[in-house]
Amino acid sequence: MIDNVFSFFKYDFVINALIVGLLVSLCAAVLGVSLVLKRYSMIGDGLSHIGFGASAVALAVGIAPIYFSIPTVIVAAFLLLRLKSSGKIKGDAATALLSSSALAIGYTAIKLSGGVNIDINSYMFGSIYTVNKTDMIIAVCITVVVLLLYFCFYNKIFSVTFDEDFASATGIKAERYNTLLACLTAVTVVIGMRLMGALLMSALIIFPVMTASRVCKSYKAVMLSASIVSVVGFVAGLLFSLALNTSPGSSIVIVNLFIFVVFAVMGKALKK
Amino acid sequence: MAILTVENLSKKFSGEYVLRDISFSLNKSECLYIVGENGSGKTTLIKLLLGLIDATKGSIKFDGVKKNQIGYMPQQNAIQSDFPACVNEIVMSGFLNKTSLFSFYSKKHRQRAKEIMEKLHITDIERLSFRDLSGGQKQRVLLARALAAAEEILLLDEPMTALDPLASAEFYEILEQLKKDGVTLIIISHDVHCAVKYGDKIMHLGRDEVFFGKSEEYCHSSIGRKMLMEGHHHD
Repeated sequence: MIDNVFSFFKYDFVINALIVGLLVSLCAAVLGVSLVLKRYSMIGDGLSHIGFGASAVALAVGIAPIYFSIPTVIVAAFLLLRLKSSGKIKGDAATALLSSSALAIGYTAIKLSGGVNIDINSYMFGSIYTVNKTDMIIAVCITVVVLLLYFCFYNKIFSVTFDEDFASATGIKAERYNTLLACLTAVTVVIGMRLMGALLMSALIIFPVMTASRVCKSYKAVMLSASIVSVVGFVAGLLFSLALNTSPGSSIVIVNLFIFVVFAVMGKALKK
Repeated sequence: MAILTVENLSKKFSGEYVLRDISFSLNKSECLYIVGENGSGKTTLIKLLLGLIDATKGSIKFDGVKKNQIGYMPQQNAIQSDFPACVNEIVMSGFLNKTSLFSFYSKKHRQRAKEIMEKLHITDIERLSFRDLSGGQKQRVLLARALAAAEEILLLDEPMTALDPLASAEFYEILEQLKKDGVTLIIISHDVHCAVKYGDKIMHLGRDEVFFGKSEEYCHSSIGRKMLMEGHHHD
């Protein structure tokens, strides 16, 4: 069976999926640390659903999905952040409303356009057959931007994540960092969505940081462990899905769930 | 000589005055306590002093103090309760107002952080995670971060909230020490008794009435007497 799995790697599309997946899981983990710790997890979830809606509408009207979904999701990210900070409308309720509306609109658009040869399942739960060269180029670009940003502004991003009020008092423009993180997350979500599936993409953002913070005591340790957990979880999940012919998204989420449980038990044991 | 002079400061939020014509001044190494009921604009006043929000009217003048010499200790926020960050990382983040664009810390910052942590007796918990600390330890860590940011003027927003009596006694002691070192303190507090005990000056922000003056004057003013009496009933 192992030979069988590795025989897949002679195909270009598998290599593409592997590279894009590695980059996306790295970005998602790094961005996820800020999002989850700031209690913005639901935004990651909302964005992938909106990404699905946008891609579906684009397919229905015959535009390349990525060119329509990236700008749409960026706009949605702005909106969701605004809602969260304005405090007038309940941010979590608004996110849930937007998510379900986007799913509904997307699905209906596909059905109405008579898109019989569009595989909804692969959109919902991910597929490795759909990753193309454009995805790869965007994934490389976004990874370079995310890593450079975190390398140069690591300490400021920490301060904004831990305490926005204090960060602003020390002259950091917290608002700008939030916006930048939302944009980068939006692009990461759209790229990762095809591989992971619209319903499961947010796991890539949320699981690694939750797993890492079970045992890590410092922000730096969480950052590094989350990245490693995410990449390992992705590779294991992908191999798993190739071997058993399951969808990549769900396999990766199951692997992540397993790692999370192991870390949670370890964390409990360490506390004693 | 006044290090801080505030004149006729007013702030409106959506058409309503939160603060109206506040004036006061403070000398170097004095300690001002801001008291008053919830919603009377205490935190707004602190945010105005920090320049986080703009005043609707009036002026704030610091004499001989640059913006990055003012430290701030906000109230703990909800996300910090289970945040995986170690004490050292949090204290170091105070230096961000002194770093260049890329925000790397220097050896000098590390050395200074060590001194501050020693002063506040948190050196032994340097590697612990913030979420695992006691209430008193958490407050000392946040004070250390504020000190890393500035040592001329410190603004503290309800630092004694959620502290047990022992921890808050310790905290008052630390503040006294800072005052002796020449730090000017502006503290928001609910505890009127401690405010008159430890403060040189009191700013009382009431809904109808505003008081500013020396602590002794506050004890003898009508509003001060009322507040101090009420406090006794609660005890």
